[in-house]
Amino acid sequence: MGSYVELFIKAVFVENLALSFFLGMCTFLAVSKRIQTALGLGAAVVVVQVITVPVNTFLYHYVLEEGALAWAGLPDVDLSFLGLVTYIGVIAAMVQILEMVLDRYFPPLFHALGIYLPLITVNCAILGGTLFSVQRDYTMSESVVYGIGSGFGWALALVGLAGIREKLKYSDVPDGLQGLGITFIIVGLMSLGFMAFAGIQL
Amino acid sequence: MSSAAKHALIDPVVDNNPVTLHVLGICSALAVTTSLLPSLYMCLALTVVAAFANAAVSTIRHVLPTSIRIIVQMTIIASLVIVVDQSLQAFAFETSRELSVFVGLIITNCIVLGRTESFASKNPVGLSFLDGVGNGLGYSVILILVASTRELLGAGTLLGYTILPTVADGGWYSPNGMMLLPPSAFFVIGLIIWAVRSWKVEQVEKAEFRIHEVHRTEAL
Repeated sequence: MGSYVELFIKAVFVENLALSFFLGMCTFLAVSKRIQTALGLGAAVVVVQVITVPVNTFLYHYVLEEGALAWAGLPDVDLSFLGLVTYIGVIAAMVQILEMVLDRYFPPLFHALGIYLPLITVNCAILGGTLFSVQRDYTMSESVVYGIGSGFGWALALVGLAGIREKLKYSDVPDGLQGLGITFIIVGLMSLGFMAFAGIQL
Repeated sequence: MSSAAKHALIDPVVDNNPVTLHVLGICSALAVTTSLLPSLYMCLALTVVAAFANAAVSTIRHVLPTSIRIIVQMTIIASLVIVVDQSLQAFAFETSRELSVFVGLIITNCIVLGRTESFASKNPVGLSFLDGVGNGLGYSVILILVASTRELLGAGTLLGYTILPTVADGGWYSPNGMMLLPPSAFFVIGLIIWAVRSWKVEQVEKAEFRIHEVHRTEAL
């Protein structure tokens, strides 16, 4: 149990996808102007991440990995070169399915997340989460924890940045730094803050 | 070279830089900028993928139904990235280890999909190819600037050759360790944007909100 908590804390703070691996930056910078929208996108990312990371990890261990097809009587087949196409296909399909399920059973949530769901397909944080999980050889249960942690960490950073940017409207920023420039500096400072958790051992 | 071709090639480097102006495609890249060599490989990989994805999408632009274009484009890009990834593993194994997952992340790089979607689906093959190369170069310029700043100030070297002899090696330069940590990439990009926008003033964003001073009596 302890190792799962440690993995979670590490995924949220120390190895935050946005602030220490720079993943999902495009959406991170574009959708962080208001807390409300940031919360919506953050929730959508957590949901998609929790589904896709374990599914892709499962596919890697039981279909793509060298020798993984032994259960089908094909012990010599190595399909790992198909990894990238598979992952992106799974992500696109999952997002599509999630969209349909939400539309059918949870219309209010669908309307709240609606516009952000398609954006998530091309969000590097999602694909990045999968690739890290596969590369680090997580087991199924570890990949579930990593999915929750990395999604939550990304959402936390996004909402934090949105909060700062809402206040920033009232400040007097030099012309050249207005908008994008100052946002980068702020993200850098946030990243420094998150790095302070690096020494924590559980 | 015709002027349209020249425009497609040169314009994205400074005037329409995908990174500083459109905030596209920095996602997968900044993590590799701690030193210059992996960044160069990353630039090469992205430029190749952007150019050939553009050319491929442009070739089939008349027969591609609009409703499935995104998934087709993703598949083309993913296949190209696999080719690049496998060649890197074959010919530059050490560097490919260092780049780890970030080569794979070119798939979700917004520059590539953005250009196939907005340029290649409307323009002829040759021009689209050049546009891909141009955007790849625009991205490379920023990446190389960030990487050389970080490697030079963080370790006193460039491409592994000593430029500023560090104190530990008996020189005079005491390296700034923060440059090797993630936050510095954000600071360096922020400063580059500041510099570019002070030079190209028309790129400055308008403030959403200006506080204007109201005298007490007016407010009543």
